[in-house]
This record gives sequence, C-alpha cells and structure tokens, in this order.
Amino acid sequence: MALGVLVVLMTIGGYLLVALADGPEIPPDLWVLLGWVFGLYVVAHFAIRRFAPGADATLLPLAAALNGVGFVTISRLDEELGRVQSVWVAVGVAAFVGTLVVVRDIRILARYRYTFALLGIGFLLLPLVPGVGRTINGARLWVSIGPLNFQPGEIAKVMLVIFIAAYLADKREVLAAGTIRLGRMYLPALRDLGPLALAWGVSILVMVNEKDLGSSLLFLGVFAAMLYVATGRGMYVVFALVLFTVGAWFAYQAFDHVQVRVETWINPWDDPDNTGFQIIQSWFAFGTGGFAGTGLGLGNPDKIPNAATDFVFSAIGEELGLIGTLGVLLMFILLIGTAFRVAVDAERPFAKLFAAGLATTIALQSFLILGGVTRLIPLTGITLPFVSYGGSSLVANFVILAFLLRISDDTARERSVP
Amino acid sequence: MNDAIRRVGLAMLVLFVALAGQLTYLQVIRADDLESDPDNVRVFLKDLNRPRGSILSADGAVLAESVPSQDDGDDLDLQRVYPPATAELFAHIVGYQSVNFGNIGVEAEYNGDLVGRRIPTVPSDFADLLAGEDLRGNVVLTASLPAQQLAAEQLGGRKGSVVVLDTATGGIVVAYSNPTYDPNFLASHNVELASASFQLINSKADDERGKARAWREIYAPGSTFKVVTTGIALDSGIVTPEQPVYPNISELELPLTDNTLENFGGDECGGNLTESFRRSCNTTFGQIGLDLGERLADDLARYGISEPPLTADGQLNSGAIQNGNCAVRPPPADVNPGVSCSIGPAPGSFKADAPLFALSAIGQGPVAVTPIEMAMVAQAVANRGEMMVPHTLSHVETVDGQLVPESRYDPSVYQQSMTPETAATLTQLMVNAVNNGTGTRAQIPGIQVAGKTGTAQVEGDSAHAWFIGFAPAEAPRYAIAVLVENGGDLGDEATGGRVAAPIAGAVLQRLLQG
Repeated sequence: MALGVLVVLMTIGGYLLVALADGPEIPPDLWVLLGWVFGLYVVAHFAIRRFAPGADATLLPLAAALNGVGFVTISRLDEELGRVQSVWVAVGVAAFVGTLVVVRDIRILARYRYTFALLGIGFLLLPLVPGVGRTINGARLWVSIGPLNFQPGEIAKVMLVIFIAAYLADKREVLAAGTIRLGRMYLPALRDLGPLALAWGVSILVMVNEKDLGSSLLFLGVFAAMLYVATGRGMYVVFALVLFTVGAWFAYQAFDHVQVRVETWINPWDDPDNTGFQIIQSWFAFGTGGFAGTGLGLGNPDKIPNAATDFVFSAIGEELGLIGTLGVLLMFILLIGTAFRVAVDAERPFAKLFAAGLATTIALQSFLILGGVTRLIPLTGITLPFVSYGGSSLVANFVILAFLLRISDDTARERSVP
Repeated sequence: MNDAIRRVGLAMLVLFVALAGQLTYLQVIRADDLESDPDNVRVFLKDLNRPRGSILSADGAVLAESVPSQDDGDDLDLQRVYPPATAELFAHIVGYQSVNFGNIGVEAEYNGDLVGRRIPTVPSDFADLLAGEDLRGNVVLTASLPAQQLAAEQLGGRKGSVVVLDTATGGIVVAYSNPTYDPNFLASHNVELASASFQLINSKADDERGKARAWREIYAPGSTFKVVTTGIALDSGIVTPEQPVYPNISELELPLTDNTLENFGGDECGGNLTESFRRSCNTTFGQIGLDLGERLADDLARYGISEPPLTADGQLNSGAIQNGNCAVRPPPADVNPGVSCSIGPAPGSFKADAPLFALSAIGQGPVAVTPIEMAMVAQAVANRGEMMVPHTLSHVETVDGQLVPESRYDPSVYQQSMTPETAATLTQLMVNAVNNGTGTRAQIPGIQVAGKTGTAQVEGDSAHAWFIGFAPAEAPRYAIAVLVENGGDLGDEATGGRVAAPIAGAVLQRLLQG
C-alpha cells in the first residue's frame, strides 16, 4: 500500500509540474484528477485484497507507476488525449477487476484452449472484415464500431498465449522427447506439433498481411520462448532463429515497407525529411534531454511525430533525461522480473507456461518499441505496455496483469494448503 | 522447466541492458551534438524566448533589439525589432529572427553571442549558477551607418550594390544592395504575415529583394576585371608597364573564329600597359588574355574566382550558384548565406576555346562575379597583394557595454593574390586611370583615389556600370566596388565612369573626410 501511495504522489506531482511549467496557476482540475487516480488505484488494490489476497504485492504498484509516467507524458503532449487516456485507465482497471472476479482459478482458461485459439484468430482477422476494419498509418489493425476504435490484435495476443500454454502443458513431454528419429535427433510428430504450428502460422500470416511487423516479430519470439520453456530443448530456439532469418529475408525482398524500415534504420539521414524524420526527431529528443532532461513541460516533445503512442519513450527521454529513461527501464525490468518469478514459483505446468508467456510478451513488446525508438533495432510500430496512449493496449495489459496476479495467488493458496 | 524460464528471463534482461547502453550513448555520449544539430529546432525555439542582445553598427546605432512582445495572442515574451530608420538599410547584413523561417544573416551567424551561449564566465557561486547570469552579448558590426546611408542615397533606387572593405582587415564597412526589404515583417509573430512577406521578398516578380546582390548575384565585371588580368600578367612576367607596346587598333582578330574583339565605341586604342590601362583598351587586354592562355584560367583561383561549375547537373540556377558547387570555394566569410560562386574560363579549355580567354581578360564571356569579390580584388591591390577574409563582426560587448576581450574578430588572410611589387605597379596604373583616364569622376579633392571603371555588355539589355578602387592611394584605408545593374537610368549611354565612379567617389569621401 505504501508503494502505491508513492506511485499516486509521483503521478500527481508530475502532472502538477507540467501545469506549472506553463504558468504559475495550479490547474483547477487537479483535485478531480487526484481523486480519480487515487480512486482507481484503491479500487485495483482492494480488488486484489478481496479476490487474490495471496498475490505478489509489487506487480500492481510497478504497473501503476509506468501507467502514471505515461499518463503525465500524454497529458503534457495533449490535454485532450490525456483526458481520454484517463477514461481508458478506468476501463483497464475495470477489465483488471473483472478478470480477477471471473477467473477464480487459472485452470478454467486451459479448459477452453481451442475456444481461445479460434477467438484469438478471429479477433486477428476482424480488421480485415469490410465495413468494420480500418487502416490507420498504413497498418490495417483497427476495428471501428460506432464511435469506438480498437485494436483487437492486442487482446488476441493474450488469447493465443493461453492456447499455446495449455497445449504445451499437455504435449510437452511428447514434444520434448520426439517420436520421429532423424539421424541422431528426435523430432516431434507432425500430429503433435500440428495444431500449434497451424494456430501460430495463421496468426503470423494475418499479422504480416495487416502489415503489423511488430506483432509478427513479437509472436515469433513469444512462441519460441514458450516452446523452449515447455521442452527445455534449445533446438526450438535455433529453429525460431532460422525461421526468423528466412522470414526476415523474405519480408525484406517481398515488401517495400519492410525495406524502407530497414534502410531507415541503417541510415535515417539518407532521407531526413520523410522516412528518416521520425527517428531523427526521436534522437534529437533523447540528445536534447541529455542526462537530467529539460524538465517536465519545458521541452519540445511535440516535435516528435506520434509522441503519445509509439514514441512516448522519446518524449520521456527529452523531459526526464537519462535519469527518467533508465528509471522507466528499471521499472520494466522489475515488472518483467517479477512476472518471471511468478512463473518459476507456479506449481502447475500450465500456470508456469502461461506466466512465462505473459512475461515474455511484456518484455519483448517493450524491447521492440524501445529498441525501435532508440534505433537499436529497426522500428516496428507497437505500443509501450502501460505507458503509451491507446485503449486496446492498456486494457490488454491490465488483463495480463490480472492473470499474473491470479497465478501468483493460486501458487500462494496451493502452498498454504498442507 | 524452471531453468528454462530463468534462461528466458535472463535473455530478456540482456536485451534491456542493451537498451540501457543505447540510451547512455544517446543521452550522454551523443547528447551535445544531437542537441546542437542544425536540424534540431529545439535550441532555436528556446532562443526565441531567451533574452537576446542587440546588434549595433560600428558607430553605435542600434540595428536590432528585443522588446517585450505586445502581441498577447502568442506565448512568446519577446519581439525582435529592427528600428525603422535602419531596418531596410541593413536588412541583408543583419538578417532577421523569424519564428517560421529561422535566423539568417548576423542573427544566425552570431546567434550564440546574442543569446549568451558563447561568453565564457566562471559562476562565482552555486546560486549564481542556478539563477543564470545575464550573459547576453551585443554584437557590434564593422559596418558604418553614415557610409551605408550615403551608399543607399547614391544608388537612389537604382538596382545595384555598393561594397566597401577595410583594406587592412577585410571588415565590411558598407554592403548595401538595392532593392532591399523590411525584416520587421519576417520577425513578426503573426505567422501569416511573416509567410506572405517571405514569399514576397523571394519572388522574381518582386525583384527578389531578399537576395543580397552584393554577395548572392553574379555579374559580368567588364573592364574592372582588367585589374585581375593585369595582376596575373605582371606576376607572370609577360608584360611590364612599358613593354611590350600593343598595336593601336580598333578591333582584335580572334583565333578559331571570324569574330573580332572591338574597343569601346569602335575607337582605335593601344600602346604599352600604362597607356592601355588608362584608356581601358579591349584589344590590348584581349591580346594579353590570349598570350596568358592557360595561365589566366589557373591563376584566377588566387583571386577567388573559380572555374565554371558543371551546368549538366542542373545546378546553374538563375546564374547564382551556392558555394557548395564551386571547384574553388569562396572565402570563409561570415556573411550568411554563403557567397555565391563566381565563374571564370575553364582550366584546360584554352586549346578549344581560345576566344573565350580574350573575352575573359576584359571581364566578358564566361566570367561572372559578385560585387563583394570585385571589392576584394581592389582590397588585395591596396593591401600589398594580400586578400583578406571579408567579415561583418567587429566585436561583442556585454549588455552594459564592456568589451568581451576574446570576442574581437581576428582578421585573417584569405590568400596572397599577387606579389607586393605587382600590387604597387597596379596601384600606379589605377591612380593614372582615375587622374587621367576613364575614372576621373571618382576623384576626391585632396585625396588620391586609385580605381578602374567597367562597362559590362549584357546581351539584350543595357550594360552594367562598374567601378572598383581604393583610397587614399598612398596609404589605403578603404576599398570599394560599385555596381549599377544595366546602367541605371542612363541606359545605353551608361559607362562605369559616368554612373558608378561618382558613387564611389562620394562614399569614399564621406568615409575619409566625414
């Protein structure tokens, strides 16, 4: 609880600093915001107390801290967007509480594995349906129903991780031992690998078709990590790397947008006003921020395109400096580390695999976008969990958080039973 | 499974450590160059709201200052103002600070001094460091207000340019180009007004008033270029003031063609160098150009005049070439934007294009230069053959008028254009041209002027009237170049001697006699 109060104070303090940078008046909506942020946190906190009392105590404060930094940065960039985001935080917390209430035992999920597989793929395909699908920034990832826009892919990822975890929990021994002998190696039978390969192959194809490079990469990585965890065989990691290399080569040859991304990564200054513009502005933001940052509200992060979504970390880098960016990185490391510990502590294979899959999802997704905006790797447009503006991403990540807490609570309960 | 989970977790940790490394690289190691990158608008935006020093003429007149913004509609506290009396007069030198279009001119070149980034101080204590001392600097120029005013008056609305350089330092004392513009519109916080003004001053229909003709437009220099030809010929030893004696003819037959080179008005003209220079005989200098051959093209580089840029790559726009395309770069002057590239005959082309060398020798044909470059030629003659780097800055003061010691501009030699002996001989020839030749209207009572006139033929239009020179001849202080585009209102009757020489005389007189 004490950690939580600190997080709330941090968020409010940041918001206040942004407002004061503009003029010496305390914004009139400060108390409303204080109540709102504090209220949401208290709701989430007591939901854990009530529905998952044995769960890990650091996950929620860490996620809330990241969410708070993101909220302050988004509000600073665009007040209106900040207001919308505060509503999405509420929806996310509602989804969080709802998940804790509905999913009382994580094993229920495993029972509906094929339902989740089909639902996941269905959700992935939704943006391709004429009438509801929308293309934004060149990627067809969106679904519009009435005034609402969302990315079903975000929640589909979670469903597919459920399926893979459940499937692997069943078949992991067969897959690890292998039934077909090839020289000195034992390979799993197609019958055992089939459904998995199918679900995975279809999802990757759909994502590639929707030009969602980031998600394709993320999914490849998460799948490989889970296979490795299930079987303990490094062969699967090698296999995934080969697949990645072949896939990347093929994508580079076949798609112009992939070529542009890679060339921009190698030298953005070839075309500084068009393809290279975003990443150069992002570098300028990091460089201008330097060690200590310009101070909240005192920089010009509005010069970076998409600063509230994909490039939110660059905006943080400009105003909070290296201190801020390493702070955010540290919070991610703690959050992800805790998630992996939840996986290690879990008693049952499904829970272990599921937690490990979720932890890898958060870790890889964060790495792909953080590496992208710092030009460590080519840029693939995905959101930064808990920090970026975006409803679907926020809801999906709060659901992931709820699942991790549920697993953690299950473990605690099973251990306390003599 | 736990080992595998730990290994995956460790792999993720490695990725995040790599991120931390990249962030340290960007935010510590590369921070300074990323922040100061010219494409990074952040520093400029910050400067817009930073107190900014004034720009002053050499005689202390305020040419630019910052005042509290009257406009409540924007979030900028300060407004850059160019006092009405001098705004148009110094627009091309001082430039502007524009919200939409950035800084240009002295405002750009000495931005760091104006906002106080460059004045080195040691903060006396920690509180000082936090409070931030007022480090703004006032930038003092080498330009003289009365001389600049007189230059504008003398041009009197005619298109053209007057440039005066301090012969010893290369300091720009006068650099006036007509027509000019009012930079106050560009500095306006009203984005539409500034944009409209920017469009207007850069439009051909409105004479491109934003373009400083003194260093951004190239013209055929006509007979003023004979100073360069003479310098090269004297240095090469193929002629002396007395020898050889060139034939007294009205036209020179050119090799490889039926065309001839005529004297002005078809007169017969000739004699030795002294006589030919005084009368500005085209036939004599055309012959010298042919005699010099390749040497003419090669040695032009010593006068800052480059070979022609390739036209094939489409870079030859409206005759003005930015300095990036020059084979020989123009001097590293602090005038901004860069001096346009001048053009001369191409080295190695004498065999194929000999007639062009005869034309080049009299400042026609392939030769085209900016007015400031002709002023630099005169300055080199006056300064024992040493051509100085032209510059606008004198020094920087603190806002309360204290000289910042390290800020005084350190004059530097651009190149040795000719030997001191050649410079002395040229001075005699130029004195003679003013006293007894084509440049008599540049004379000043009591002061010896040295100079050379030029009347540059322009195809399909009236000739450009030129005068270059310096004074006093025996102990030079100021070098001058005057250009009146298409001869001003005298049209085809114009000659450099009638149109440009009197302007030069008046401006030099004001500077030397007050």
